[in-house]
Amino acid sequence: MIEKNNNIMIDIQNVSYEYSSYIDESIQLAVKDLSLQIERGEFFVVLGHNGSGKSTLAKMINGLILPSKGDVLVNGMNTRDEDKIWDIRSTAGMVFQNPDNQIVATIVEEDVAFGPENLGVPPAEIRKRVDDALEVVEMTDYKSHAPHLLSGGQKQRVAIAGILAMEPDCIIFDEPTAMLDPSGRLEVMETIKKLNEEKNKTIILITHYMDEAVEADRVMVLNEGEAVMLGTPKEIFKQVEKLKSLGLDVPQVTELVYELNKEGYNIKDDILSVEELVDTL
Amino acid sequence: MIIELKDVDYIYNPGTPFEKKALDKINLQVEEGEFIGLIGHTGSGKSTLVQHLNGLMKPTKGSIIIDGEDLSSKDTKMKSVRQKVGLVFQYPEHQLFEETIYKDIAFGPKNLGLSDEEVDKRVRDAMELVGLEFEELKERSPFELSGGQKRRVAIAGVIAMKPKVLILDEPTAGLDPKGRDDILDEIRKIYDKENITIILVSHSMEDIARLVNRIFVMHKGKVALDGPTREVFSKTDELEEMGLGVPQITKFMKAFKGRGNKVKDDVLTIEEAKEEILNYLRSKKDA
Repeated sequence: MIEKNNNIMIDIQNVSYEYSSYIDESIQLAVKDLSLQIERGEFFVVLGHNGSGKSTLAKMINGLILPSKGDVLVNGMNTRDEDKIWDIRSTAGMVFQNPDNQIVATIVEEDVAFGPENLGVPPAEIRKRVDDALEVVEMTDYKSHAPHLLSGGQKQRVAIAGILAMEPDCIIFDEPTAMLDPSGRLEVMETIKKLNEEKNKTIILITHYMDEAVEADRVMVLNEGEAVMLGTPKEIFKQVEKLKSLGLDVPQVTELVYELNKEGYNIKDDILSVEELVDTL
Repeated sequence: MIIELKDVDYIYNPGTPFEKKALDKINLQVEEGEFIGLIGHTGSGKSTLVQHLNGLMKPTKGSIIIDGEDLSSKDTKMKSVRQKVGLVFQYPEHQLFEETIYKDIAFGPKNLGLSDEEVDKRVRDAMELVGLEFEELKERSPFELSGGQKRRVAIAGVIAMKPKVLILDEPTAGLDPKGRDDILDEIRKIYDKENITIILVSHSMEDIARLVNRIFVMHKGKVALDGPTREVFSKTDELEEMGLGVPQITKFMKAFKGRGNKVKDDVLTIEEAKEEILNYLRSKKDA
């Protein structure tokens, strides 16, 4: 019997995921014996190159796929428990990379209402949830617009509102800014931070952008399905060489400090932002 | 001069309530052998502009001359224009369709009516240029490859047409940092080895700073800025107003200089910043 810990939102216990290769049908492991606990209200970032197992992990958290070995518990519910699958999906909502693949209706507010309608929420309550969700993502002014005429950042915020209207405690974002321009990326990141700070949502963000990862409480680096690094952004990013060997990147200012220290200087090596470095030098 | 645009306007849905001027009096000249970065936020007219350069779209007004040929002239053959200007779209791997990598890359050159020997040579050369091993990969299905490799196959298919101008629309979108660096290195190699003009469309100011010699900034259908890379990236405030930015390292040097430190602030790369800061630290020590 697993004891329920109210502070743990996501509990991943010795999880592996197997699949057979397209090329020779050999058994491959996308995730290898991973154990991880994500706390309620945490802003957690997952980094790793393409094919490192990030998306597989995300799909297991939301019960879209089941682990081959081990268990995934979402707010104490096991994703193997078929009776709980809808509760799990409304507890841990998921936002994907391409906003165009996530929008189903022809009017913004109808799109946002789609999720709660399917959960059987009463109409008056749906109205309230839709209005609240659009307010949070700052898209109220566009509620009667057609989604396809919006910018990428706006569409992605509508997709987020659609998830919010299902009132999840946790939202998993799988590279939500990969297809957006810099201002769209900024809009979506502001929204994600707001959900974490003001709405106390647990956030799991999968990204390739190091400037997004520096905002997290904790960062995990996946490589070949294993958690090879786990810690605060400062602890992770100062390991410049290790990150580069894993095919990842560090913020440019962090790399500059690393380069200067190679020349014999002794500058604080966990600098992540322009302001910090200006103050330090 | 390889590309010249004179007073080019393009209007979407003219005469309807959805009328929108996407290009507004564009005047541009590109010399052969330039490496140009094209930046601007979504909806600024970048993609519309790019599609005009190989005749996929026709200007509402004005003229476009590519390698001496006026695109609006009836005598100009679009086929030859599209061969001269190779366009690699966003997510080009979605356009792969053949059974083997060889056939996919050979598709364009074959349609040019080239001999089998010439097609074969072009496929080999193109694969080498983008860093794909010929013998190992030629008979493989393009769909078995990783995202970054698929994208290379798509770029090789355009390179095999031997274009004079290569336009790449967001070639690193969706790739991880390593995949992005690899593709950018290949593009640099193509530029260095071939006698080619490149236009790189990108949202990544770091990528632009690393590669290009000159930048066009599109904003509200106009060319808002046009100049050498260093000069354009010195205009942080203007770029930020347009929803764009400068590389983090450029931003840092500017902020550092702003504190009264005597350093150059027009750096574009980490290497340049390192040199500048090392000089600064040494001079401080000597003083």
